[in-house]
Amino acid sequence: MAQMSNDDTRKKRNQRAADTAARLEAAAPLFGAGKEVSSDNTVALLEAVIRAGDIVNIEGNNQKQADFLAESLNKVDRSKIHDLHMVQSAVPLASHLDLFENGIAKKLDFAFGGPQAGRVAKFISEGKLQLGAIHTYLELFGRYFLDLTPRVSLICAFKADRKGNLYTGFNTEDTPTIVEATKFRQGIVIAQVNEIVDELPRVDIPGDWIDAVIQSPKPFFVEPLFTRDPGLITDNQILLAMLCLKGIYAEYGVTSMNHGIGFLTSAIELLLPTYGEELGLKGKICTHMILNPHPTMIPAIETDWVDTIHCFGGELGMEDYVASRPDVFFIGPDGTLRSNRAFAQTAGHYALDMFIGGTLQIDKYGNSSTATASRVAGFGGAPNMGCDAKGRRHSTGAWLQCGQELPSLDQQLGTMPRGKRLVVQGVETFGEGRQPVFVDKLDAWKLAENANLDLPPVMIYGDDLTHIVTEEGVAYLNRCPDLDSRMAAIRAVAGYTDIGLQAKPEETKRLREANIVKTPDDLGVDPSRATRAMLAAKSVKDLVTWSNGLYNPPSRFRNW
Amino acid sequence: MALHTVEFDIKLNTGTITIDVPTHTGVVGSSDMEVLMEPKDLEGGVSVRIVTPVTGFDDLWKRVLDKFVNETALSDTRIEINDNNATPAVVLLRLRQAFSQATTD
Repeated sequence: MAQMSNDDTRKKRNQRAADTAARLEAAAPLFGAGKEVSSDNTVALLEAVIRAGDIVNIEGNNQKQADFLAESLNKVDRSKIHDLHMVQSAVPLASHLDLFENGIAKKLDFAFGGPQAGRVAKFISEGKLQLGAIHTYLELFGRYFLDLTPRVSLICAFKADRKGNLYTGFNTEDTPTIVEATKFRQGIVIAQVNEIVDELPRVDIPGDWIDAVIQSPKPFFVEPLFTRDPGLITDNQILLAMLCLKGIYAEYGVTSMNHGIGFLTSAIELLLPTYGEELGLKGKICTHMILNPHPTMIPAIETDWVDTIHCFGGELGMEDYVASRPDVFFIGPDGTLRSNRAFAQTAGHYALDMFIGGTLQIDKYGNSSTATASRVAGFGGAPNMGCDAKGRRHSTGAWLQCGQELPSLDQQLGTMPRGKRLVVQGVETFGEGRQPVFVDKLDAWKLAENANLDLPPVMIYGDDLTHIVTEEGVAYLNRCPDLDSRMAAIRAVAGYTDIGLQAKPEETKRLREANIVKTPDDLGVDPSRATRAMLAAKSVKDLVTWSNGLYNPPSRFRNW
Repeated sequence: MALHTVEFDIKLNTGTITIDVPTHTGVVGSSDMEVLMEPKDLEGGVSVRIVTPVTGFDDLWKRVLDKFVNETALSDTRIEINDNNATPAVVLLRLRQAFSQATTD
């Protein structure tokens, strides 16, 4: 064995740190006291620390947004800074896409498009944007620690102190994940904050992980995305909610779940203290939830349905209410909530018994997507939760029952028992503008063609989908022995759509006898009771009353 | 916006159920509709009149009403619907609510 020489001629392994030091050195004249950089120097700071071709993260999910830093990045000298590879949870702001129009960014890896989904598709087809992939949140977060580690991250917090410690509080969301990935691979982290103070309520991110702090000229934008006005819940959504509660929640005794955004799940939440109580389900369902602080959960929380709720993010107006319920929510020593998207998604992916949400389209095989031909929207958190996590090993009643009902399990595992996540899509057979929800082929195929994607973007794959609930009834797809039977069960609840019209009465009759399809009548749900009288709260004002005045709805939800 | 009127009759051989009183359910809000049902001697038939802003769905209306009349075995009833973009799901729900109201009040 050759003797090691004292002259180490191996390649240097600390180039990233040296490069970071050089970049920060270039930025040094821009710093004021400690880590503070004035907002006027933001563009100069970005020009000093970002290089062409860097992987850059702009924090922003569908809730809080590092909006000032995103706008500032659009103002850098594009002859110096170009071809950036943006990696970020979401691109909901115009400024996120302006980077591509302005020739500053070239490639995008993300999870959720939101309001900019149309521009993403357009820019791809015009060659302005090179799409890496549409991810799920956990998948994208995972890649931050694998092959998509940001060189520079532009993040967002409520408050900083002079040392750069950050308070992210109620809206902690993605910040810990982004900062850890970036800083521990010698990257640069710049935070925009609403306020620089002497003392923080608590430290959410340690100051030595942060390179620069900028007090933004105005507070960051937060979208109250999870607020649903009970006044807009329709009778039909109440019918679907009754079918869900009796046909699925009660049938399987589902204790842990995530509710997707939508009026159906809001209706379910508002039926717990009424219809749920009547069915005797209190304490038997909905005890552990992974959920943003939905205002429509207030009546159920106030009537002691729920043990715990862990949150991906915050929700505007719910701060004081949530802080007043520390037995239910995850509250810090300072008395305010800390959300964390990575942990909530981890629980959502591995530990939950059920995901229930809605979609724009379901195909005849049961694949579903919210993608349309001209919008690259992405799916946010739904796919992590709307799938059967094969890594799960603990058992619960609901999970075990759902797995035991699979007639084909022995085809794969022999005699070995295994459970299965309940993945439920609740939809009206026709959506807005009488567009059929059940379709022969998803629009996602057209999108894949238009935007040159390798795969049609599917939100929930058919083999993960276990139940569909429509006004026609519940299809228990997990009880179907094969694809033919699944397709027949889908047709049976597809109503008057073209797919539904292909249902054969005698086939539907056999499925009902086999308990694979249950109509409202089979379930003992009386559609004539499906009225707004069923809701525990009928307006936003009712929610405020339920909360003892602690819920403070954003002005757009106030009409009194 | 011009309104579109759809009219048709449905007659079942098995139609035996009549309603006792006229009834009114629902409101003509967005994505909703109102339905008026009244008992009328139509020799066992059901007459339907729909006023809607949407064209191109006449067949769908007929299929939904056929299903409703079949499942209830309704006869001798006049049904009037004033629609504002209700989906078939809402249409059936309103019809069932109206029927339940007209037969139990």
